[in-house]
Amino acid sequence: MSLAHRIIPCLDTDGERVVKGVQFVNLRDAGDPAALAARYNIEGADELVVLDIAASRDHRPTFLETIRRVAAELAIPLTAGGGVATVDEGRAILRAGADKLTVNTAAIRHPELLTALAAEFGSQAVVLSIDAKRVGDHWEAFVRGGSVPTGLDAVAWAHQGVECGAGEILVTSMDRDGMRSGFDCALTAAISRVVNVPVIASGGADAPETFLEVFREGRADAALAASIFHDHIQGLGELKRYLGEQGISVRQTG
Amino acid sequence: MNIALVEYGAGNLPSVERALTRLGVESCRASTLEGLASCDALILPGVGHFGALMRSLTERSLVKPLGDAVASGVPLLGICLGLQAMFATSDEAIGDAGLGLFPQKVSALPPTGRLPHMGWNQLRRVRPSALLEGVPQDAYFYFAHSYAALDAGEAAVALCDHSASFVAVLEQGNVFATQFHPEKSGPAGAQVLSNFVRRAGKKQ
Repeated sequence: MSLAHRIIPCLDTDGERVVKGVQFVNLRDAGDPAALAARYNIEGADELVVLDIAASRDHRPTFLETIRRVAAELAIPLTAGGGVATVDEGRAILRAGADKLTVNTAAIRHPELLTALAAEFGSQAVVLSIDAKRVGDHWEAFVRGGSVPTGLDAVAWAHQGVECGAGEILVTSMDRDGMRSGFDCALTAAISRVVNVPVIASGGADAPETFLEVFREGRADAALAASIFHDHIQGLGELKRYLGEQGISVRQTG
Repeated sequence: MNIALVEYGAGNLPSVERALTRLGVESCRASTLEGLASCDALILPGVGHFGALMRSLTERSLVKPLGDAVASGVPLLGICLGLQAMFATSDEAIGDAGLGLFPQKVSALPPTGRLPHMGWNQLRRVRPSALLEGVPQDAYFYFAHSYAALDAGEAAVALCDHSASFVAVLEQGNVFATQFHPEKSGPAGAQVLSNFVRRAGKKQ
């Protein structure tokens, strides 16, 4: 008996529709968020993440409506985010039906935002999302959808973010995002070693073996993927059966 | 049957409502003494901070009515922080009194495992349980917490292990509670909610 490793489908949206790009660009339409949510809820997803990657302020009411529509389909936890910069914006996302919210750009600029969010909603509701790219011998954190380098070491930032109040880390390898070349296990393991909160690995998901690797070598507590699930390349049930057979604790859903 | 969700600002109240709706069970929200007094069963949802929850209940003058309802036999289901609020005190808010339905206290989970205890875990059943009736022994439930009751005496019917062994399900007379979120725990969670509703219906 132990905590199961989570498999988390991710819906990147433009606020309203699911979109998918490769290495953060070349976006294409990938469907209706509520319809996909309903499908993943039945197929055995352990959690769902829905992100507003456009995150424009004018668009915010549309995204909140998307969260409501998605939450209505789920009997599993929902994490939502994209452009959250204030406690009030965080509250709006949770009120719309999310259990947890992700913060990224604003937390790097103002780490005290993490502290304020944790004080208001509890650390368990605050997920620090880090977009990391290999630069020489380390990984650098990028913001604004991966377009702006920060000069911050991603591993050190993860550690600081947890000290500030983050209750979970979602780390996306920009080098692997959409490449289907396997997760960046070295990155995930490096972060997992310096924090004591759960770590979700993202970017590079492909065959079931890549999930096994990120749980074993990458020391991830959860793994996130988008296109392989949206495009029916990988079934959730089949993936979890494989992981179970390999001795990874996962929640089997029949 | 009239099931009321105690409304004091808890974030997970709408998801509990939706989970009940999926079961075909109607519920209402109760934020006043009258609201609590007129219902057949109560659900106390909760996420966040023990001190904030107790202050919120106190501000709305709901602490005594909740105790009175329980004393008069109204079935009560506490969820997550709602379970913790049933205890006398919590390490999370030293000095703030809980509802005191159980004399023990809520403790911080030791940092030997990753915290928060976040995700799906299984239960260890130690006594017969009404809430877990018909739920497969190996079922997983969704947890998200850093504090837990390590002891609830005979009321503890199922435990969970993460850093420490803690109370996952407690039942005593008309008082029921789960440390996990049944409203977020897929079909197994739906079964738990359904069992509570059925049990509450029988009390009439």
